[in-house]
Amino acid sequence: MEARQAMIATYDDIHSLVGAVRSIREQGCEDVTVFGPIMETELEEVLGKPASPVRRYALLGGITGLVCGLALTVWSSYYYPLVVGGKPLASIPAYVVIAFEMTILFAGISALIGMLIHNRMPTFKLHPAHDPRFSEDRFAVRAVCDPGRAAKIEEVLRSYSPGEVRRDR
Amino acid sequence: MATAAPPAESPFAKVNRDIIGALWEPDWRYRILILALLAVLGWAGFAWIYQIKTGMGTAGITHPVMWGAYITNFVFWVGIAHSGTLISAILYLLRSGWRTTINRAAEAMTIFAVMTAGLFPLIHLGRVWYFYFLAPYPNQRMLWPNFRSPLIWDFFAISTYFTISLLFWYSGLIPDLASVRDRMMGLRGRMARIKEKIYGALSLGWQGTDSQWKNYRRAYLYMAAIATPLVLSVHSVVSWDFAMAITPGWHSTIFAPYFVAGAIFSGIAMVITLSVPFRWALGLEDYITEYHYDNMAKLLLLTSLIVGYAYLAEYFMAWLSGDPIEWESFRWRAVGAYSGPFFIMVTCNVLIPLLCFWRRIRRSIKAVFVISVFVNIGMWYERFVIIVTSLAHEYAPGAWGLYKPTWVELSITAGSFAWFLLWFMLFAKTLPAISITEVKESIAEGVWSPGDKKEGA
Repeated sequence: MEARQAMIATYDDIHSLVGAVRSIREQGCEDVTVFGPIMETELEEVLGKPASPVRRYALLGGITGLVCGLALTVWSSYYYPLVVGGKPLASIPAYVVIAFEMTILFAGISALIGMLIHNRMPTFKLHPAHDPRFSEDRFAVRAVCDPGRAAKIEEVLRSYSPGEVRRDR
Repeated sequence: MATAAPPAESPFAKVNRDIIGALWEPDWRYRILILALLAVLGWAGFAWIYQIKTGMGTAGITHPVMWGAYITNFVFWVGIAHSGTLISAILYLLRSGWRTTINRAAEAMTIFAVMTAGLFPLIHLGRVWYFYFLAPYPNQRMLWPNFRSPLIWDFFAISTYFTISLLFWYSGLIPDLASVRDRMMGLRGRMARIKEKIYGALSLGWQGTDSQWKNYRRAYLYMAAIATPLVLSVHSVVSWDFAMAITPGWHSTIFAPYFVAGAIFSGIAMVITLSVPFRWALGLEDYITEYHYDNMAKLLLLTSLIVGYAYLAEYFMAWLSGDPIEWESFRWRAVGAYSGPFFIMVTCNVLIPLLCFWRRIRRSIKAVFVISVFVNIGMWYERFVIIVTSLAHEYAPGAWGLYKPTWVELSITAGSFAWFLLWFMLFAKTLPAISITEVKESIAEGVWSPGDKKEGA
């Protein structure tokens, strides 16, 4: 496992990229990172990485918001009892509106926070392989594999008409 | 921009160049417009200060019409705010390809419209320095909000809507801000370094790796999914500010869907009104084409029909109820002292948008623009008619009265338009006004590409 070899290949369009990624994954190269200006569902499937954990943040945030919204309204009504219009202190139908808004608020904020945590953002340090063209019109594959397999992987990458292929550290 | 274009430029690179190239370097017309808007805003600020100093008597609101132009403006601007999230969230979930070039501007409009709307409750308060009484926190004054009141629901709904819209808009901007940063990396000069730093910080260090995209797309999908019920709830809650009161003309179960449709209607109209000069000024005619206006006009027509149906249904229910007070309120609305605004409302909101049934009109940008301006006027009058005629003509004839806005209210109303447009103009020159990422996705998926007018659609 010493000194694994990294290679970067750039492509002009996402379809060659999808093909290249699929082939190197079939060759047994598991450590693949893709850079690009857009992402497609097909590419996500080909990469075969686990589902994003952001879903759990959104769910937990939503539940927290719901509980907080109901708690704020019900608790405060009992804490400071003022009967308004002869209605019960815990007027659930009226409080549902506030609980609903808080559910949405917390779910949205926590989905965003989850995204930031798992994307390691915010940061000022960009990936060493970052290139300004990756946000313009270039896609790149960074494949890390055993030195023994490097020649084979490089050949596969070259077969999808890349812009360039280079060995990285 | 300074980067020399290579001879055979890829479609993606052209998108970057067109959209980022439209930023900064404003011409003299832009500067003059900014100055004019600042002048209007300054006048409105003077009017507000005058009102604060002299008292609420300077506004025309008095018994029985205690809600006038300020609340009209509030409801109008909240309505304008609705199309942005509709276009972004609901059409995103429905996978509508045509939303991609207008969603960014529409979302920005949403945020600025909420910022405008949020001023009006404060202006309406009179003693604005007491506004913090609204916030629910334990205090020595023994004040506590009544959570059963629609007004406090509204406070929660609008602040949630503002926060979520802002975050949704910002998360859409992240990859595009990184595009701007990367473009600045290729340029020389001190300004480019400063811009690279600023946009780099704003993009939070985005670098477009697959795992970043995966989390990002998930987060965006969830934001869209939760923004959809939110957008429908916000104007429902605004409508309950009225519908929960027993005032004839307000107390109706139709109000929530009626207001939501009206909000989307006015919001789409405002998107059209703003995007026509905006695409011309930024040279983005290839990006927002007849295809987009055709689709927006269809949405305008649909919501216009719903609003027209609601107008009729209100009259039908007033008649069917057999309640003489309800019927008198609606009769007076059409033929009483405010028949003028009523006539403008029906003409602009129901009759003129019917022109959108013709395909040739929908595909004519000039025609759609003119229709959208009429709709904006009509929707302002709709808010006015609903609010003022109902209050002016309640139960007891002895308590009837008329309302007329004063110069203070009119100045502040004009100022609200200046405030909104000023933010929009600043946005158009500092942030990518069209989603670079989504245009590229459309190109890659073959849904639509710049310059395509989709005649056959």
